Amino acid sequence: MVSRPHGGRLVDRVSRGRSRERLLAEVAEMPRLSLTEGLAADVANIAHGVYTPLEGFMVREDYESVLDQMRLSNDLPWTIPIVLDASQETLRGIREGDEIALYYGGLPLAVMRVEEIYEWNKKLYAERIFKTRDPQHPGVAKTLARGELLVGGPLLLVNEMPEPFENVRLWPKETRVLFRERGWRTIAAFQTRNVPHTGHEYVQKAALTFVDGLFVNPLVGWKKPGDYKDEVIVGAYKALIEHYYPRESVVFSVLRMEMRYAGPREAVHHAIVRKNFGATHFIVGRDHAGVGNYYGPYEAWEIFKEFPDLGITPLFVREAFYCRKCGQMVNEKICPHPEEYRVRISGTKLRRMILRGETPPPYMMRPEVARVVLSHPSPFVEG
Amino acid sequence: MDVRRGTGRYTTVSIPVTLYERIKSLIEGTGFTSVSQFVTYVLREVVAEMEEEKLRSEGVTDEEKREIIERLRRLGYL
Repeated sequence: MVSRPHGGRLVDRVSRGRSRERLLAEVAEMPRLSLTEGLAADVANIAHGVYTPLEGFMVREDYESVLDQMRLSNDLPWTIPIVLDASQETLRGIREGDEIALYYGGLPLAVMRVEEIYEWNKKLYAERIFKTRDPQHPGVAKTLARGELLVGGPLLLVNEMPEPFENVRLWPKETRVLFRERGWRTIAAFQTRNVPHTGHEYVQKAALTFVDGLFVNPLVGWKKPGDYKDEVIVGAYKALIEHYYPRESVVFSVLRMEMRYAGPREAVHHAIVRKNFGATHFIVGRDHAGVGNYYGPYEAWEIFKEFPDLGITPLFVREAFYCRKCGQMVNEKICPHPEEYRVRISGTKLRRMILRGETPPPYMMRPEVARVVLSHPSPFVEG
Repeated sequence: MDVRRGTGRYTTVSIPVTLYERIKSLIEGTGFTSVSQFVTYVLREVVAEMEEEKLRSEGVTDEEKREIIERLRRLGYL
């Protein structure tokens, strides 16, 4: 059976019909706050239930509870604060109890009731969420650059944010119907921010062997320099699925949500989000949502032990590699051969090859996928 | 059951001493460092299961479902 939404009931904060018309008529009179792309994506995700049970940006009680306990104030597991930051300057004249309009790119996206304006300690946030205060960490650097105040309160979406991948973007309400229509009772979700190599394919297909359907759900939106561009990820997956996957067993859909690079905490966040899409299982790989050497390779596996009430089953899949003796992708649990036969499929190695214009060997990357990546004039996010 | 409000984020719940002793001996050598930690872990699991059973509504009307299916067909998902 498709997973129940986190907390039991899928949140829907999308304004429709007359209520939307009334809000749109009033929006021009409201104080306005302009959002970054990442915050605008958070607004849409809240409204469409991706962050169920959140109905708006977190107030202090939830924020502090997430920071200290990795749970919302109602005890539900939640590991990454979903917060709206602003400077004192931009909040001038805005008071608790006001209704404000949230804008992105000149478009009013949502109306928010300001329940609370409060201060936050960004260094403490960095330490708790990223386990480091090092400004070299991309998540820490981004946090330190944010506004000094947080604004919490429920919101209602009045306009959709423009989405270049609209044809491959599904919301939780849609995937839940889709999974049911396909008759799937067990669904393994795969989170990614990369183009697929054979290691990813191995892991996904290993999971698919034991469940009814595979939900490939890459993140689009802000990523650090050196990561793959969104259109490259989408194109590469389309090619892989078209040529190598049973289409009736796979759903591919993008999720506009920023990478935080928060390692273990973010792994749990990714799982909760996919539970809201209806997934029953979540694939947790090696160094999930990690960056550099800030987290241990299997630290993200350990954290799941703290959440017996998560409501989605983590699938801990070991790193896959190509074994020249076995002649196929394997992992250390099923391959008896020594290191000299093993070829690690490293993302860094692949990036270097692609930057040199070289086609990776087929045991590392499917030729159809390599063609998509190499045909892009600049496949990586620039600094 | 005697429930007293704590001063922080925790509340005291009374359990029979015999049960306390059984749990204490059960968790020896496991990853649990206290009876409270074990009881919290087990209760969360049980409460989550009970909540799951209690909540049935998916929040999608028939009309919404029709519209969703139409969009899914248009996009080639169905």
